[in-house]
Amino acid sequence: MDINEKEYKKYCAGRAKKSPVFKDTFAAFICGGAICAFAEGLKALYGMTSLPEDTVKMLVPVTLVFLAALSTGLGVFDDFAKFAGAGTLVPITGFANAVVSPAMDDKSEGLIMGVGAKMFTIAGPVIVYGVLSSALYGVIYWLCEVLL
Amino acid sequence: MEFLWAFIIGGAFCAVAQILIDTTGLTPARILVLYVTLGVFLTAVGIYKPIVDFAGCGATTPLLGFGYSLAEGVRTAVDKNGLIGALTGGLTGTSAGIGAAIVFGYLITLIFKGKPRD
Repeated sequence: MDINEKEYKKYCAGRAKKSPVFKDTFAAFICGGAICAFAEGLKALYGMTSLPEDTVKMLVPVTLVFLAALSTGLGVFDDFAKFAGAGTLVPITGFANAVVSPAMDDKSEGLIMGVGAKMFTIAGPVIVYGVLSSALYGVIYWLCEVLL
Repeated sequence: MEFLWAFIIGGAFCAVAQILIDTTGLTPARILVLYVTLGVFLTAVGIYKPIVDFAGCGATTPLLGFGYSLAEGVRTAVDKNGLIGALTGGLTGTSAGIGAAIVFGYLITLIFKGKPRD
């Protein structure tokens, strides 16, 4: 078959699977909502113990991080994420998956530059920009307190 | 009732992210950074706290809630220790999540064998 580059691109675009926005969004809504409702359930469950409220509030994300890391290790997280899309990405489960997944892929590069460094491939930028913006807020907040 | 609102609000944040991914081609890493930064901003201007009070884990579980914890941590620390709190508060507020991600992430990476790359 003899085709030029332009025709080939057109051919590819026609063949490429369209990402069905409505279906994706619906799946993200249901799965993300379910994770958040599950978190609310954990909070209610831990709330029944004698633990102080602050500890309960910390234990909920800790549990979600653990479950997401474990399911990434078992290889089931990716299968679920293919369906759920942003539904598993946006909750803190996505953060935990982003820590474990690249670390497992590059385990062969060793414990320091493989696991140790790759854990932060995506988590790193999240922490960097999060801390930067919160520090900026802290300075502005401090200035407002001092000046007003 | 709080389960329903956690479901709806949390689901809505995820749905918005999905629309962004599908229509603008933003990568998941950019979405996460965007959401955390947005969470800090919304908390700073006072919009996010009412959402947290209303939707509970529906607001704290998405990465926006990570930004909320950063900003709340900073505010508490600045109130207590002054300007130095701008540096210490964020990581204090998010220490449980980050600590868990590092410790569990490391252990799980060591225990399980990854799938070979395609």
